[in-house]
Amino acid sequence: MVNTKVNLCGIELDNPIIPASGTFGFGYEFAELYDINCLGTFSFKGTTKDPRFGNPTPRIAECDSGMINAVGLQNPGVEKVISDELPKLAKCFSKPVMANVSGFSLEEYAYTCEKIDKQEQVGWLEVNISCPNVHGGGMSFGTSPEAAAEVTKAVKAVTTKPVIIKLSPNVTDIVSIAKACEEAGADGISLINTLLGMRIDLKTRKPVIANKMGGFSGAAIKPVALRMVYQVSQAVKVPVVGMGGVSNARDVLEFIMAGATAVEVGAANLVNPYVCKEIIDELPEVMAKYGINNFNEIKGCAYNG
Amino acid sequence: MNRGIYQIVDNKHLTKDIFEMKLEGETSHITAPGQFLNIQLNGFYLRRPISICDYDDKTVTIIYKVVGVGTEAMAKLNKGEKLDILCGLGNGFDTAKSGEKAVLIGGGVGVPPMYNLCKKLLAEGKGVSVILGFNTKDEIFYEDEFKALGADVYVSTVDGSYGTKGFVTDILKDLKYDYFFTCGPMPMFKAIEKIAETSGQYSFEERMGCGFGACMGCSCKTKYGNKRICRDGPVLEREEIIW
Repeated sequence: MVNTKVNLCGIELDNPIIPASGTFGFGYEFAELYDINCLGTFSFKGTTKDPRFGNPTPRIAECDSGMINAVGLQNPGVEKVISDELPKLAKCFSKPVMANVSGFSLEEYAYTCEKIDKQEQVGWLEVNISCPNVHGGGMSFGTSPEAAAEVTKAVKAVTTKPVIIKLSPNVTDIVSIAKACEEAGADGISLINTLLGMRIDLKTRKPVIANKMGGFSGAAIKPVALRMVYQVSQAVKVPVVGMGGVSNARDVLEFIMAGATAVEVGAANLVNPYVCKEIIDELPEVMAKYGINNFNEIKGCAYNG
Repeated sequence: MNRGIYQIVDNKHLTKDIFEMKLEGETSHITAPGQFLNIQLNGFYLRRPISICDYDDKTVTIIYKVVGVGTEAMAKLNKGEKLDILCGLGNGFDTAKSGEKAVLIGGGVGVPPMYNLCKKLLAEGKGVSVILGFNTKDEIFYEDEFKALGADVYVSTVDGSYGTKGFVTDILKDLKYDYFFTCGPMPMFKAIEKIAETSGQYSFEERMGCGFGACMGCSCKTKYGNKRICRDGPVLEREEIIW
């Protein structure tokens, strides 16, 4: 009998499957399709201090085995998330949820995180310092170890729950940024956010995305994500949540072998809204096939290979 | 919304680049005319959203135009092949808001969703006029199908090769109606918006990620707040649209 449980920053998950922020809304669209309590948890739509409409459309472009998005952190703002979204979410999800937070200044990150931290439903804060789709913030905090550490410190100073910092792959040395976050007090690291990319329309001869560039995700980015999880998880002691192109249970095992404690599933939810449930259902069988009884046996087993 | 496997029972040319595909499968999740399907194709990451032209208890008909590599691949699919489809997406047209004399205006590949809508309005005992707009005679499809339903059908072509020369609005301006429904290109919408004398519903198109409201890829601003074209639309009421 296999055991799919994992422990993420002191909270036990029934399984390591976590729908990634921005691909799962606040859960209701998916709760209409299946009981989302089967999930380990999920990371809700990136929340900022003020409401945001986001970028102009088109915001989406297809790529070979993936997609580009430039949504730009559309969300109703932290007050509405707390007053409207979380009570609705409570009706369809009874486990601790991961709160994804973004900001444009240290003060904004701290303001939003402090409010979200007080919500009983919230188990972890996932602090996004890596959104490639907004100007003057987001990713700029995630591209230098010093700035990443400052955000981490600012958030840790006003919160009580585990803080997971979500990193950008669009950097020269992701390990140094992960280490800076850990030293600044991060309780976990999640990676990778999307890779900055673009598509050009041959008929209009212009970028497909109105914002010109956007975040590339989907199955195509898995090898890059896996490599970065492998590098970062060896360099830090805190748990690592791996993501990037996860589409099935075999991908999940690969990320855990690369050193991840849990795994987020992003773009795949948009193509197959049942994908997380399907992964959870097939996980025991696939673990058994590869002779795995529990995830502790294989976490980071690829290091000495 | 339902995810299911649908079998192609027909996939044929209506014009040079317009195809009609009939699919057999679960249709019980379709709740209104103007909803759409999201179709997974081998070799493509994202699904293709295509509006529903008509349906009964076991088949659904779509009409699509070959505009890119995805629809090119669709055109090559054969009878008997099976497709993974999300069915019954979007809000669709609300016929309850219509008056007794509705006009349906379809432009080009915006014509298909008007067909089931026309059927439904006629079944509700309403009078229906249909205006179909095309660029040229060779592009016309479904004129006879609409006539067979019993609607008053008018056709415009930009080059004057068939019907009224000009645009759908050249017909609309002389019609008597108390409500309108439309689907088509943005320039047509703007022309309708200028001359329409009643309330109505517009069905919009946008590049989508998921098609079911999760990714916020197709958001738009309305007077009633932000809406997702795929989930809160594609049909918006005239009064809420910000042009």
